[in-house]
Amino acid sequence: MTAEASPADEIAMFFEGAERGALMLKRCIDTGKAFHYPRERSPFTGGKTEWFEATGKGSIYSCSLSHRADPPYCLAYVKLDEGPIMMTNIVADDLTAVAIGQRVQVTFQQGPDGRQIPFFTPE
Amino acid sequence: MSLKGQAYIVGAYEHPTRKAVDRSVAQLHADVAIGALEDAGLSLSDVDGYFCAGDITGWSAPGTGPFSIVEYMGLNLRHLDSTESWGSAYVNHVSHAVQAIAAGKCRVALITLAGRPRAEATRPDLSQGSANDTTESPFESPYRPVVTNMYGMVAKRHMYEYGTTSEQLAWVKVAASHHAQHNPHAMLRNVVTVEDVINSPMITDPLHRLDCCVVSDGGGALVVVHPDVAKSLKRPLVTPIGTGFSVRQLNGGYFDILESGGVKSGAEAFDEAGVTPDDIQYASLYDSFTITVMVQLENLGFCKPGESGKFVSDGGLISGVGKLPVNTDGGGLCSNHPANRGGMTKIIEAVRQLRGEAHPAVQVRDCALALAHGTGGQLGGRHGASTLILERE
Repeated sequence: MTAEASPADEIAMFFEGAERGALMLKRCIDTGKAFHYPRERSPFTGGKTEWFEATGKGSIYSCSLSHRADPPYCLAYVKLDEGPIMMTNIVADDLTAVAIGQRVQVTFQQGPDGRQIPFFTPE
Repeated sequence: MSLKGQAYIVGAYEHPTRKAVDRSVAQLHADVAIGALEDAGLSLSDVDGYFCAGDITGWSAPGTGPFSIVEYMGLNLRHLDSTESWGSAYVNHVSHAVQAIAAGKCRVALITLAGRPRAEATRPDLSQGSANDTTESPFESPYRPVVTNMYGMVAKRHMYEYGTTSEQLAWVKVAASHHAQHNPHAMLRNVVTVEDVINSPMITDPLHRLDCCVVSDGGGALVVVHPDVAKSLKRPLVTPIGTGFSVRQLNGGYFDILESGGVKSGAEAFDEAGVTPDDIQYASLYDSFTITVMVQLENLGFCKPGESGKFVSDGGLISGVGKLPVNTDGGGLCSNHPANRGGMTKIIEAVRQLRGEAHPAVQVRDCALALAHGTGGQLGGRHGASTLILERE
């Protein structure tokens, strides 16, 4: 089956990777720097980019637990070992123990639109 | 070219309502327009330049955006600027109005803001786009960032890096409440204590309910005019002497959450004005949350990075008590945050201070130099920052 071409092709690899448990990032070819979110052109130079599979490891840059949501959820920025900070939710048995600086590992779960998306959980 | 004396703010008006059950957004815009023009001693027919942002009714289809509100109010223009930068837009508009006046594109510039999120029981929704959108939305929306947790992450990081405490954050609210008790239109007029703030329910860690601003209806307007017009009127002469604007975007994932756009917009405004933070006698700082004020104090240079907790403690922001009076109308934390966009009321209180028209209990003596700063969007994410330095001649 060949999917129809669409503007979403620009980001499709990210979600295809998520379906098989891979965190896919983009790298700027000019600078070698990884970046997120994925774009066709480098946000640093406007030049060409390539996909690569990240380690899925990083540390919590900041987080905030929404106590009043049911169930409560933890919004976070995770600084990936490859460099960029990405937005995510932290998944843990005890969300009140989640803290800045904590090492985390990617885990994939179904997002609100049914696709697998990356979440992070303490190592 | 020095900005000083290129244009003057001669009209400023804040709508007294905080819940506009029976007034439309268009009516509110017209109310504040007339209010500011009457304050200046001018009328709608004098206006030849109009500045508005995304809060106008009909911003998106089926309306025709700015044209709809221009027609509703019956303006006959030769200059229109609808630059949208959310809560910072109106600070930006003053800067743009000065430029337009200096360039001869208009002589009487009207800036309006209005909205009724409280009556409509809406919350600000800054998420955009659809599943087919290839900008940031697919990588953020699923994680449910809302205004409160985005600011919560800023506060949490500030605590992590500098040891800032909830008690220190609370002092920003305490100062606002001390000021609001004198403002008959303020939504929250009761003076609160540090304990009241930290004992209020946790909303998003580490922000408590009283760390958050009010949701209110209403609006405000400003009239900026050519020097010849200003000198024909009977109002005090308040002139912008420094302006700066910046967009903080997330740079492919390389950013410092504690470095807002205010670092650049503030430096530019101070440079243009030829003054330093120490010279500022009164500051209106965007106060969507207590942490917003703290980060801006640091980013604008009122204190060093990490020292805002100490700066705000023990009444540091209370007029007549602390070293820098901030938001003497009670700010967004206690008085008003119309349309979820705070930039306009920040300028209006700065103008009151410079005119000597603030409440006597909070009026800064001989106030001749003031700063107004707006943040639009989210401090924890992408946002606009606009700084305005005003002088009374």
